[in-house]
Amino acid sequence: MLFLPVSALILKASTESPINFWKIATSPIALSTYDVTFVTSLIAALINGFFGFLIAWVLVRYDFPFKRLIEAAIDLPFALPTSVAGLTLATVYSENGWIGSLLAPFGIKVAFTRLGVGVAMLFISLPFIVRTLQPVMQQMEKEIEEAAWSLGASQWQTFWRVVFPPLMPALLTGVALGFARAVGEYGSVVIVASNIPYKDLIASVLIIQRLEQYDYSGATVIGVVLLGISLLILIAINVLQAWGRRYEL
Amino acid sequence: MNSNLAGHSFGSGSPDSQSSSSDRKRGWVKVVLIAVAIAYLSLILFIPALNVFVEAFKGGFGPFLDNLTERNFLHAVQLTLIIALIVVPVNTVFGLCAAWVIARNQFRGRTFLISLLDIPFAVSPVVAGLMIVLLYGRNGWFGPLLQAANIKIVFAMPAMVLASAFITLPFVAREVIPVLEEVGSEQEEAAKTLGANDWQVFWRVTLPNISWGLLYGVILTNARVMGEFGAVSVVSGNITGKTQTLPLFVEEAYKQYQTQAAFSAAVLLAGLAFVTLVLKEILERKTRIKEVE
Repeated sequence: MLFLPVSALILKASTESPINFWKIATSPIALSTYDVTFVTSLIAALINGFFGFLIAWVLVRYDFPFKRLIEAAIDLPFALPTSVAGLTLATVYSENGWIGSLLAPFGIKVAFTRLGVGVAMLFISLPFIVRTLQPVMQQMEKEIEEAAWSLGASQWQTFWRVVFPPLMPALLTGVALGFARAVGEYGSVVIVASNIPYKDLIASVLIIQRLEQYDYSGATVIGVVLLGISLLILIAINVLQAWGRRYEL
Repeated sequence: MNSNLAGHSFGSGSPDSQSSSSDRKRGWVKVVLIAVAIAYLSLILFIPALNVFVEAFKGGFGPFLDNLTERNFLHAVQLTLIIALIVVPVNTVFGLCAAWVIARNQFRGRTFLISLLDIPFAVSPVVAGLMIVLLYGRNGWFGPLLQAANIKIVFAMPAMVLASAFITLPFVAREVIPVLEEVGSEQEEAAKTLGANDWQVFWRVTLPNISWGLLYGVILTNARVMGEFGAVSVVSGNITGKTQTLPLFVEEAYKQYQTQAAFSAAVLLAGLAFVTLVLKEILERKTRIKEVE
């Protein structure tokens, strides 16, 4: 169930000659989809790194009305089918949508552009960052911060020198998980983007387009590239988690 | 200097006027942080989620109900349910076995196996679908064999079941492994020395211990199977009224500018998501109470 499909993909790719493989993997259209996929995912993951940190902090440290409801809603992107997410994001951020209509006067178009791809990736990757940070923040002892204050550190210093460093591994793990998820995202992006090559076409959609043209080797090569990068991210996440565990001792 | 800084740490009880001004400053920071968090969540999560319901019921209940009784829609619902009915039990049993092997045995390559189990999480669903096509498609490994036996897998339901099963393979094992590790094997060993057979040990000792974690894994599996889009859309061929599940129906309707129909189906799936979240919340509370005990 697991090994067979993976080996089928890799063996199919290995029937391709290395030169041919390289040619397909680095064709201009493939390169442009890597750019849209990975750069947009990275930007989205980093933006969520900032806001996810802030949201986790607010949820762990403060009390306010409807907190439980908001806390539960963080997992919505896990539970909501991606095509529904794409549908509603495309509507809300379209030129006549609730948010899109506010941005339109400024000449900002979100739906059917690369910006829309980014918004879908923000949606899909947010819970990973918040949920990775929350338990670590909960375990942190307030006494250390109080000690820093009483020793004369300013709030800013306390945050950067005392609070932030132990949270760093969890933050990086969360960002990496979010990045991995954004790279693999298909359902919401395909609906919110216009899927025009060199503009907002992502690698996953290119695979589908190749398959629709019965270009199996083209689809396979790009599939292997995506699989390889996903595995690399997976390894990086494991290393980050091991690093985070050292802090617990 | 020390005394007024001490006011920071034990703020509430201090009569120090300077500390109350810095308390006010911290209160201000708190309000700003909460406002930013809620504003960001609204833009990315809340407004889009709300929009699903508003769009679906824009024309009132009448058009909504009309859409729900459309033939292609009903077929999509039926197919989604059938796939879930097959995949969820199969992956539950598999997940239990895998979790058992990983949690109860020490063997070489154990960590490697755990990482491998994560592949369906890490890989794009489209790549997962591609793998299924390469295996069972017309030019795939088993293609000639299947064609000879006149069995159609790709662009038919079997491939959709396989793709959904692949994507949701790790969910149950991932939830059960930590619970099994935490519970330990003492109780099981005690039951065995008291003369219980393996079957009895499993039903009477192990299963009650892991029930909440297992249930959580099953709920996640179900939500993902019913909502899976990428992998299924690659292997299904997306034939309306034949190999179209609910998530595929949503996309197709949207592309055909039948926005109303798309949102009617989306509401059902969003409802499923909310039920999943509520059940998850309940289960998390149950396990938390257990931990306190």
